[in-house]
Amino acid sequence: MPLVLNDEQAMLRDSARSFVSEQAPIAYLRRLRDSHDETGFSRDLWKQFAEMGFAGILVPEAHGGLGLGAVEAGVVAEEIGRTLAPTPFLSTAVLAATALTRGGSDGQKAQYLPGIAAGEMIATLAADEGAKHRPAKTALAATRAGNGFRLTGAKTFVLDGHVADLLIVAARTAGIPGDPAGITLFLVRPGAKGLTTERTVMVDSHNAARVDFDDVAVDADAVLGDVDGGYALLEGALNVGRAAVAAELVGVGEEAFTRTLGYLKERKQFGKFIGEFQGLQHRSAHLFSELEVTKAAVLKALQVLDENADGAAQIVSVAKARAGLSAGLAVQEAVQMHGGMGMTDEFDLGLFMKRARVGQELFGDANFHADRLARRNSY
Amino acid sequence: MADLETFRTETRAWLEANCPPDMRTPTEDEDDVVWGGRNPAYKSEGQRLWLERMAAKGWTTPEWPTEYGGGGLSREEAKILAGEMRALGCRSPLSSFGIWMLGPALLKYGNEEQKRRFLPEIVRGEIRWCQGYSEPGSGSDLASLQTKAEDRGDHYLVNGAKIWTSYADKADWIFCLVRTDMAAPKHEGISFLLFDMASPGVSTKPILLISGKSPFCQTFFDDVKVPKEQLVGTLNKGWEIAKYLLTHERNSISSMGGRAHRPVHQVAADSIGLDDRGELADPLLRSDVAHLEIDEIAFELAMERAGDLAKRRQIHPAYSSVLKYYGSELNKRRHEILMSAGGSDSLEWESERSDHGAAARAWLRTKANSIEGGTSEVQLNIVAKRILELPGA
Ligand SMILES: Cc1cc2nc3c(=O)[nH]c(=O)nc-3n(C[C@H](O)[C@H](O)[C@H](O)COP(=O)(O)OP(=O)(O)OC[C@H]3O[C@@H](n4cnc5c(N)ncnc54)[C@H](O)[C@@H]3O)c2cc1C
Repeated sequence: MPLVLNDEQAMLRDSARSFVSEQAPIAYLRRLRDSHDETGFSRDLWKQFAEMGFAGILVPEAHGGLGLGAVEAGVVAEEIGRTLAPTPFLSTAVLAATALTRGGSDGQKAQYLPGIAAGEMIATLAADEGAKHRPAKTALAATRAGNGFRLTGAKTFVLDGHVADLLIVAARTAGIPGDPAGITLFLVRPGAKGLTTERTVMVDSHNAARVDFDDVAVDADAVLGDVDGGYALLEGALNVGRAAVAAELVGVGEEAFTRTLGYLKERKQFGKFIGEFQGLQHRSAHLFSELEVTKAAVLKALQVLDENADGAAQIVSVAKARAGLSAGLAVQEAVQMHGGMGMTDEFDLGLFMKRARVGQELFGDANFHADRLARRNSY
Repeated sequence: MADLETFRTETRAWLEANCPPDMRTPTEDEDDVVWGGRNPAYKSEGQRLWLERMAAKGWTTPEWPTEYGGGGLSREEAKILAGEMRALGCRSPLSSFGIWMLGPALLKYGNEEQKRRFLPEIVRGEIRWCQGYSEPGSGSDLASLQTKAEDRGDHYLVNGAKIWTSYADKADWIFCLVRTDMAAPKHEGISFLLFDMASPGVSTKPILLISGKSPFCQTFFDDVKVPKEQLVGTLNKGWEIAKYLLTHERNSISSMGGRAHRPVHQVAADSIGLDDRGELADPLLRSDVAHLEIDEIAFELAMERAGDLAKRRQIHPAYSSVLKYYGSELNKRRHEILMSAGGSDSLEWESERSDHGAAARAWLRTKANSIEGGTSEVQLNIVAKRILELPGA
């Protein structure tokens, strides 16, 4: 398949771009941040996202979604990256929708997916437990009790976890932390007894939470997929999430770079445009090259996820690792090339830097993915 | 789509049947590369057969038109051919400046007679070409070149000297930039000539490289007569052709690293070994290797994407500079890591064991990647000015 968007995908990109830039420009993020908004995003705006079809982009048509693929989700994520809009897109439309679509029973799908597609239900995946993303090390214990299970442990960095109506929780039902086998996914409602949620306001003013489980009881039908065999489902959903974050990071990096190029053509020092200095020209050209190479890898990862999801792990790692590093370079060069201006809160670049940092960490940083690639290739 | 699947099946079967077994192993050193020419040097019968069979199908140049001997494949078909060759581990049947550089320029700027005369022999590897661009005083500032060609009625008379002419001593013909108007501004007095290296007045002198090999030469022209029909394009308008050809040269240099080689992690594992967790026994090197391989995979996709965009005319004409810069720096990094993985073994220069210092020689050779075809700094200048449109001269 050619490494370019097809006509429908390009149209989707155009409509996502105008929608996001009109409805959720950077001013939207600032307003939420400065008003210490309790939700951290606008539910009304999320409804509008749903009306555009974005909330249900990965939800099958039979359940009220658009039934599109990872490429389309990536297209939307990239546009969100350009304006840094906080939305439940990743948590709900990508991670939860993928996990439920792939792993859900007919009943579970019918119960949750239409609400997701309609923008009415916020759902999320709770995978991480420590400071770093290590899904195989899942330790949160799920022990059988009667007809169901009891969950005890803690989750961190749960996207939109403070307002989610549904948590998809990775827990250990067998084996020891580090074993891929023995992990099970559970659907947990936030009101469950013993469950406490602490909102964690992050550096990028996007939304996450720590969630504690103190002997939380769930029924057997709360299991998503197979008992002890949840790792593949977890990884499958995470891979789509990783590629979507990579696409978002492309948007973040490109926007920071575009703004910097504009500044190089406008700011004068020593009687010249600063863009005339070869030191800055070469760094800009290098950064452009990095971003271009990354864009190819990200699009390929999204395409492979749609063609052969089981064979996508390696290319997803390539895309996620590169996107984090390229966006990281883009925001650092952006701040540096803007001089003192780049350091001011009033100027937007700092917001790009903060989001890029969070994106790098989400679902595995570049070293995590380099390690994963090495393991897959037996070294 | 069904047609493409048929093409894939047939191609696979043909390659299975026709690619000699010794052409399905990674290239190890320069002898493994086939350059063709009037006096071809084949290391094995397999090399000869492989070239002959691929050339007969036009698959040494899959996307060139069939009327000039090419394969006439669409881009999607060419990708399938490349993919099937990679899957089977097939080597490239022919390396050639004619394929990488001159051919595309002739297809665009040559007249019909020139295309019919020169392209088919490039496809079949019968004539080996060299590139006469750089001069002692004109490297990065190529347009300042001084080799001159005077109009003598039915021919041009060429005098001057070129330098860094790769394989000039082995090549049959040269494509050469000459100055045909001494008074015009430097970009407007250049013409693009083709001539036989066996012409009276042409001589070459090899230059030894740090890799201990002498693949390139000083090339001297002393009253060389060149028939007028061997001028490509318009007189004094050769700079446009020169630049167009450079974009193709840059594309071919970008792909130097490529998949034909053994993956770095395998070389490293052979040298250093794995620990009891099955990981490369040097954790910091392992990290370097993994990050390199990530970039190699991504870069290969970037080249594929560039081809796809070019096919749709959605690419900036200077984009080859992005790939040239990135690919050549990446290949240098690859060889720094290979040297580190090889440790003191890779420092041996003469032993049989080291295949006469193959690793070290290859490592040193890659240092030229960011010089030949325009230096990295020049590529960055081009990207900054032409693509990013940054201000300044
Ligand atoms: C292995 C090899 C094979 C080659 N094969 C051929 C061949 O077949 N035919 C042929 O014609 N030529 C060939 N070349 C020559 C090659 O194209 C030139 O070496 C190259 O263009 C650089 O020119 P130079 O060596 O004169 O270096 P210079 O131009 O003198 O450059 C010296 C340094 O100055 C830097 N520099 C120069 N200008 C600028 C600028 N404007 N901004 C910033 N930095 C600058 C360069 O990047 C470089 O680092 C080959 C070279 C090598 C190494």
